Amino acid sequence: MTITTSSVKQVPWAARTRSGGGTGRLRRPRSTAGAGMYRPWWMPVLWIAPTVIVIAAFGVFPFLNTIVLSFTNATPLGGGGEWVGLANYERMLTDDNFWRATRNSIVYALIAVPLLVVLPLMMAQLVYKHLPGIGLFRTAFYAPVVASMVAVALVWQNLLNERGPINTALRSVGLVDSPVPFLSDPVLLLASAIALTVWKGLGWYMIFYLAALANVPSDLYEAAELDGAGAVRQFIHVTVPGVRLTMLLIAIMSGIGSLRVFTEIYVLGGATGGPGGQVQTLPFYIRDTALDPIAGNAGYGAAVSVALFLLTVGLAVLSHKFGSREES
Amino acid sequence: MTWWYARGRQRAVVVRYVLLLLVLAISVGPLLWQLFSSLKGSEEALFGSEATFLPQDPSLAAYRTVFEQVPMAQYIRNSLIMCALTIGSQVVFPTLAGYMLSRRHWRGRSGFYSLLIVSMMFPFESIMVSLYMQIRDMSLDNTFVGVWLPGAIAAVNVLIMRATFAAVPDEIEDAAMLDGADEWRRFFRLYLPAAKGSLVVVVINSFIAAWDDFLWPFIVLRSEELYTLSLGLARLAASSLSFDPRVIMAGSIIAIVPIMVLFIAVQRYFFKGVESGAIK
Repeated sequence: MTITTSSVKQVPWAARTRSGGGTGRLRRPRSTAGAGMYRPWWMPVLWIAPTVIVIAAFGVFPFLNTIVLSFTNATPLGGGGEWVGLANYERMLTDDNFWRATRNSIVYALIAVPLLVVLPLMMAQLVYKHLPGIGLFRTAFYAPVVASMVAVALVWQNLLNERGPINTALRSVGLVDSPVPFLSDPVLLLASAIALTVWKGLGWYMIFYLAALANVPSDLYEAAELDGAGAVRQFIHVTVPGVRLTMLLIAIMSGIGSLRVFTEIYVLGGATGGPGGQVQTLPFYIRDTALDPIAGNAGYGAAVSVALFLLTVGLAVLSHKFGSREES
Repeated sequence: MTWWYARGRQRAVVVRYVLLLLVLAISVGPLLWQLFSSLKGSEEALFGSEATFLPQDPSLAAYRTVFEQVPMAQYIRNSLIMCALTIGSQVVFPTLAGYMLSRRHWRGRSGFYSLLIVSMMFPFESIMVSLYMQIRDMSLDNTFVGVWLPGAIAAVNVLIMRATFAAVPDEIEDAAMLDGADEWRRFFRLYLPAAKGSLVVVVINSFIAAWDDFLWPFIVLRSEELYTLSLGLARLAASSLSFDPRVIMAGSIIAIVPIMVLFIAVQRYFFKGVESGAIK
C-alpha cells in the first residue's frame, strides 16, 4: 500500500506532526505516529544525552587523545607533553620488549581463536536438543563465565602447580617423570594462560551458538538423515554452514578478547609477567611502561596503544577476509 | 554393557549424556576442587598423590582466617558499591537511549547510531593510558567514581535495549496511543514491562563486569581501603606473608559464590533472553 502525501494529510495527527516541529518526512503513517504525536524536539535529546556524553568523553575522546599523546613525551602524572614527532614510534620499532609482547599477543590470538570458534559450537550442539536435565548442564557450562577472573586464575594456579592435581595425575599414569613446570617455563606459562582464557570463554560463546542453532531449519537435518548422513556429516554439512556468520562473529570477538588479556598473565605469571617479563602481553606492556607513577612514559605507552589498536583492526579484517573467502 | 544392544536412538542418548558429563567435569570440576580443598582440615593434604577430592575432615577454619587476617568484609563492600553504581547507570541510561533509538524519525538518530558503533571499535586497553590521565585531570583517581564513570554506559547495552523495544509490535503501541497514552506513559506501562527479560540480562552482565573487573580498578585505585574483591584477592595471593593455601582458596570461593547464586536464581530469564535474540 502506498500512501501519498494527500492521503496522509487527512489523518488528524499528521498536521500535528508538522506543526509540532517534528521530523517532517511522512512515509509510513504508523511509524510517524509513534515518532511525532506527542514528542517535542528536545525529548530524544534529553533521553540520549547521558549516553552521548559518556561515550563521547570516555570512548571517542580518549581514542583521539591517545593518537595525539603518542607524538609527545607526556608522563602519567601530567608532566612533559612536548611534541616529539615520531620518536616514540622509532623507539618502538627497535624495542625488543615491545616485539616480545606483540609476539605473545599474536600467538595468544592464533591459538585461542580457533579453539573458541570450534569447541563452543560442539558444546552448544550437545546441549541444544532437549534431554531431561539439560537446563542443569547449560547452567553448569556457563559457570566459569560468571566466576570472576582473578578467582578462577587462582584456582588454575593451584591445579597447575608442581604438586597440583594435574601434575599428580600426569605422573601417576606415567606420562611424565618430573613435574611439568606449567607456571615457571615461559612457553608453558603462555600455554596455561591461553588454556585458562579458553576454559573461561567456552560457555560465553556457547550462548551465541545456541541462538544461531535455533535459526538452522530443522528440515535440513531431516533431509540429511534421509540421505544417510551420520552425526558427523550432519555437523559438517548442515550445522557449520548454518552458523557460519556466528562463527565469524565469534572469531572477531575472541580475537579482540585475546589481544586484551591482562589478568590471566598477572595472576598466573606474577606482577612481572612471567620470569623476566617474558610472557607479557601488549596490555601488560602498556600498563608497565605508561602508567608507572615514577618511571612511566605515557607518550610511549600511547604509541604502543596505537599499535594494539591497529593489531585489533588487522585481526578483525583478517577474520572477515577468511570468513568471506570460505563463503565463495 | 546392555545399553550397547539397545536401539540406535537410545544409544545416541547415552553417548550424549557421557559427553555432557565429561564437559561438566571440565567446566565445574576445577571450581569444585577449589571449594572442597578450601574446606579441608589443617591436617589434610591439599596436593600430591595422597590428596583426596572430598575433604575427609571438613572445617571452616580457612574462611574464619581469611576474614580475620584480611579486610575481606571491606573488599566485599567495595565490590558491592561498584556493582550498584554500574548496574544503576547501565539499566537507566541504555534503556532510555535504546528506546529512542528504536523509535523512527528524529533528527540525529543515525548519527547517534554511528557513535555507538564507532565507540565499540576501540579495545579498552588501547585507550586506558589517555583515560587514566583524563580521570587524574578530573581529580577522580583513587575514587570509586573514577573507576565507574568511564564504563558507566556501555554501547552494547543500548543496542540490546534497542533490539528489545523494536520487537514490541507496533499495533500494541497504536492501540495505546488511541487510548490517549502519552510517550512517558507508553514507555513505563508498555515498553518497560516488555523488556523485563533483557533488563535481567543487562543487570547480570553489569554485575559480572563490575565484580570481575581487574585492570582498570587496579590502575585507578591505590588505597587499600578502596580495593575491590578482585584487587584484594590478587594482593592476598601475591602477599609476602605466606598464607595457608586454604586461606587463598577460601578467598577465591568467596568471590565466586555470590555471583554464582545470583546467576542461578535468574538463569531462566538469561537463557531465554539470549535465545530470543536479545544479544544480536
